[in-house]
Amino acid sequence: MDGLMVPMEHVLVIAGLLFICGLFGLMLRRNIIFMLMSLEVMLNSAALAFIAAGAHWGQADGQIIFMLILTVAAAEVAVGLGLVLQIQRRFKTLDMDQAHRLRG
Amino acid sequence: MNTIALIPLFPLLSATLLIMSAGRMPRHIAATIGAGSVGLSAICVALLARDFLADGQVLELTLWTWMSVGDFAPRIAFYIDGLSIVMMSVITGVGFLIHLYSIEFMWEDESICRYFTYMNLFVAAMLLLVMADNLLLLYLGWEGVGVCSYLLVGFWYKDSANGAAARKAFIVTRIGDTAMALGLFLLLTELGTLDIQPMMIAANSQWQTGDALPVLATALLLGGAVGKSAQLPLHTWLPDAMAGPTPVSALIHAATMVTAGVYLIARTYGLFLLAPPTMEAVAWIGLATLLIAGFTALAQNDIKRILAYSTISQIGYMFLALGVGAFASGIFHLMTHAFFKALLFLAAGAVIHCLHHEHNIFRMGGLRTRLPIVFLSFFIGSAALAALPFTSGFYSKDAILLSAWALEDIGPWLWAGGLLGALLTSIYSFRLVFIVFFGEAKTEPDRQPGWKMAGPLLLLCLLSLVGGWFALPLAGVFPAAAEHTVNHAVEWISIGTPLLGLLLAYLMFLGGQLSVDKMVASSGARALRDFWFSGWRIDQLYDVLWVTPYKKISYWMRNEPVDAIYNGIVAANQWAHHRLLVLQNGELRWYATTMVVGLILLLAVMLRNAP
Amino acid sequence: MMLELIMLLLAGGVVAWQSERFNPNLPRWIAMATVILGMLLLLSTISGIPADTFNMVTEPSKAENWLLYSRHEWIPRFGISLELGMDGLSLLMLILTLALGAIAIVSSWNEIEFNPGLFQANLLWTLTGVIGVFLALDLFLFFLFWEVMLIPMYLLIAIWGHENRGYAAMKFFIFTQVSGLLMLLSIIVLAVQGAGDGDISFSYGDLLGSAPTGKAGMLTMLGFFLAFTVKLPGFPFHTWLPDAHTQAPTAGSVLLAGILLKTGAYGLLRFCIPLFPEASMQFAPIAMTLGTVGIIYGAVLAFAQSDFKRLVAYSSVSHMGFVLLGLYAWNSLALQGAIMQMVAHGVSTAALFMMAGALQHRLHTRDMNRMGGLWYNAPRMGACAMFFAVASLGLPGMGNFVAEFLVLAGLFAVSPWMTAAAAIGLITAAIYSLWLMQKTFQGKPDEERKLQDFDRREMGAMVIMMAALLWLGLYPQPVFDLTQPVLEGLQPLIVNVPETLAGNIPGGTP
Repeated sequence: MDGLMVPMEHVLVIAGLLFICGLFGLMLRRNIIFMLMSLEVMLNSAALAFIAAGAHWGQADGQIIFMLILTVAAAEVAVGLGLVLQIQRRFKTLDMDQAHRLRG
Repeated sequence: MNTIALIPLFPLLSATLLIMSAGRMPRHIAATIGAGSVGLSAICVALLARDFLADGQVLELTLWTWMSVGDFAPRIAFYIDGLSIVMMSVITGVGFLIHLYSIEFMWEDESICRYFTYMNLFVAAMLLLVMADNLLLLYLGWEGVGVCSYLLVGFWYKDSANGAAARKAFIVTRIGDTAMALGLFLLLTELGTLDIQPMMIAANSQWQTGDALPVLATALLLGGAVGKSAQLPLHTWLPDAMAGPTPVSALIHAATMVTAGVYLIARTYGLFLLAPPTMEAVAWIGLATLLIAGFTALAQNDIKRILAYSTISQIGYMFLALGVGAFASGIFHLMTHAFFKALLFLAAGAVIHCLHHEHNIFRMGGLRTRLPIVFLSFFIGSAALAALPFTSGFYSKDAILLSAWALEDIGPWLWAGGLLGALLTSIYSFRLVFIVFFGEAKTEPDRQPGWKMAGPLLLLCLLSLVGGWFALPLAGVFPAAAEHTVNHAVEWISIGTPLLGLLLAYLMFLGGQLSVDKMVASSGARALRDFWFSGWRIDQLYDVLWVTPYKKISYWMRNEPVDAIYNGIVAANQWAHHRLLVLQNGELRWYATTMVVGLILLLAVMLRNAP
Repeated sequence: MMLELIMLLLAGGVVAWQSERFNPNLPRWIAMATVILGMLLLLSTISGIPADTFNMVTEPSKAENWLLYSRHEWIPRFGISLELGMDGLSLLMLILTLALGAIAIVSSWNEIEFNPGLFQANLLWTLTGVIGVFLALDLFLFFLFWEVMLIPMYLLIAIWGHENRGYAAMKFFIFTQVSGLLMLLSIIVLAVQGAGDGDISFSYGDLLGSAPTGKAGMLTMLGFFLAFTVKLPGFPFHTWLPDAHTQAPTAGSVLLAGILLKTGAYGLLRFCIPLFPEASMQFAPIAMTLGTVGIIYGAVLAFAQSDFKRLVAYSSVSHMGFVLLGLYAWNSLALQGAIMQMVAHGVSTAALFMMAGALQHRLHTRDMNRMGGLWYNAPRMGACAMFFAVASLGLPGMGNFVAEFLVLAGLFAVSPWMTAAAAIGLITAAIYSLWLMQKTFQGKPDEERKLQDFDRREMGAMVIMMAALLWLGLYPQPVFDLTQPVLEGLQPLIVNVPETLAGNIPGGTP
């Protein structure tokens, strides 16, 4: 009762690759805009996995979670971009290594 | 309320009145109350003594039960027998004369009110000490007189040296007192009571002569007696205590308080009889003290210090008497000593009073014609101190020496030592007389003693002369002494020794045939004199042994070494805090990376543990 | 009555706090009135109790033998209730607390300028906590009050203290709090395992005799012991005390020395030893050693101080060592001595702190090197200081002597060597007390110095305390009579006292 056109494994591999791309982007890029974009990529990879799983089991849960992730991602971008603007205004840079005011 | 309770109450009330007046009382009223209260007590004691001599009835009075915890129920109660009567008579009689004398001596002092407060408190405490029915109440009086002595020695508080002397007096005696307290704990634990008479009965039934426990208990009590009575090794406070006003020295440091140790041993003689080793120790302590203090007195030049060392030496005789079992002779000497030593101190006080507070005997001289009453008093006092025949001191000291002689085994040694002491006593007494009252005048007196000074002096002269004929009502107190056959040769030697001392003193200090200056010409002799002058360097020894280490240790610890532990805990926390702070660097990528690493580790662990 | 008393003080604090808005002098009057009202309430209640109840042996598990007893449900699910009880010991402590509370208010009558309302409120709330501690029979409630007395005291030091107040207040708080939490742990262990059958009870009566045995018992006991010994304070947990005492305002020092320290002693006597008889007896030698070391250590350090209040603080460490000794010697003499020491030390040290506060208020220093010869300037202060100095060195005729004598006499039957070591404290006490007098009131006076002598208010407080000490020293029987039934109830709880410990002392374990 597999409702999926392509094999499950392919989708999961793609999702995993996307996730790792996002993760490395997050860890390696210093520009906060790229870090945010990496976060989006990771979120989307997770969402993709949910969709695949939902289709695989023929259940609506995956799609529901996808909607949730969409919302969270939108909210995150809204807050994140606001923070980016503030950071640009305060530090005159988007380099996160320069903006470590929160160190202990 | 009967007479007995009134006796300590008068001075106590008077002290309370004086305290409540807060120093605002006019001095003549303060003086009248202060001296009058002791006079009233003296009258009460006289009445009591008359009744007692008539019927010999031991009087007891319980005021209230002090406390009652379990079976331990000491009372505030008095027990008046012959011994107490003798002590009370001395305290109130001599005490009254000294109070009277004080009025004139202290008249110009701004705090005469405070003076009489302390003196009255002292008399009350001393009376409690000798009237107490149990050792706890006795201890109350014992510590009370100690505090009054502290207050009076440091009476002129503006000079720190007086304060130091007062502290020394209190702390050194406190060392003895602590030993005594331990003795009380031991007696209470073993015998179950501190009431003196039942305690001695219980001791006799529970302990055998020479058992370890009575020896230990009496040794601890002896510690207290040694401290209070300024015997070796706790005698060093008394010479310094001369910093107080002279009447204080006469009352506290000659006539009454310092003899409390003698009283304590006599009062608990039943225990001491069970402990022959302690008795022997008492005798040897007395002998050693009387000799060391005698030699020291020879080399002093402060009139009061000479008298102080002579007091230590005379109490040594009393200890010697107690140690050989001649309790009555010890108490007899206590009484005569109270008369003539109070006389000597008061006379010395009069000299000091009339010579602008001069203490050095080498700046006195020729006072025989200028202060005739004082000279007469001083001469009679010295004669009694030196035990010249037919003075009071002669009878009491002679009795002690004879008792020592009669003791088996060590007796002759004690006797010989005592005799040497008697020779020394005679030499230093008349050295004092000859230097102060003969020769040429070096300081002119600016006044003559008035009647309040002269009266007590003359009365004490009389007592010093005839005091030897008093028969003390001690028969019922102590076990009858064994009759010993009197060896006439021994007796003649006892009589001759003081006369020999007088002669030597004359030759050395007045006639000039034996010049002291020539004697100390050699460096060895001078070193010996300095050694004696410093009191055998015992003070320096104690400084090195106790005082300096205590100060050093407490100074070293003053900033709380224990806090080092807690500061260590604090430091460890701070160290860890700084180490962990490195992780909190505010760098977003670092946080993300550590999260990933953590996740991977966690996954690895989970996978490893997965089935 | 007991709840009312606690409520009265709590409410008095709130009223005093708010009354500041109307007049800055009002709070101290309200505080005074509250304490006096409390005292009246207490006395009127006592007078209503039949006289023979005072002689009844208080058996902790029999409610009807307590002078007063009340119990209300609070959190029944966990077996927690508002259980309060008063016996002779609590009564004695309550009287001491209220009396010294009044003295504390008097001692800082003119001292507080900043926020006097809150100051008096904190004072009253501290008293509330202390009274709660002395009355609580439910261990949970006891812990609650234990914390209640801590926080206002912390505020008193932290807000109205002297130059180094922050450090001192924090140290005081951490020491008490950490040890208090250990006690909470022990309380919970006891409550959970003590009642058995899945029931939980925090009630003192239920928990007696239910302590775990062996190692678990020892650990649980140590939780209590630590909390109480820190408060007492016993060596080596005393280091918060000199700092807290020195930095606290006068009233704070009076309260700390006079009553807060006594809660530690009370806790040991009421809870720690009776709840854990076996562990306590095993532990007794160590506790007594700590007491002895504390006596000498405190005295030696007191001698080396140049700060008046610090000296008195170390003398407290020394004196409380006697309490520890007396409690763990556990016979009539020693226990009565320990209780007497609690009362007498409360009075004499409170007086000395009041003296220190008065001097600091006048001279703006506590450094004794800058005093000397003050007797000349202020003879009344000098006389009072002399009285309390000799009281603190244990002069017979004062309460302190009765206490120390009984403790040592009781201890002698248990351990003569320990007694001999502790008796050294009598000598060292003389050294520091007299040194205190020398540095402050004796010596060369500064005749130019203007020093206001004690006024009527201060003299009044002093005279009351002097009279109390003399009374305790010359006729202490009422105190003994009050606490004797309590001790008779507690002593049988420790059944396996070794023969050597009970000894053949008069009035040993009945």
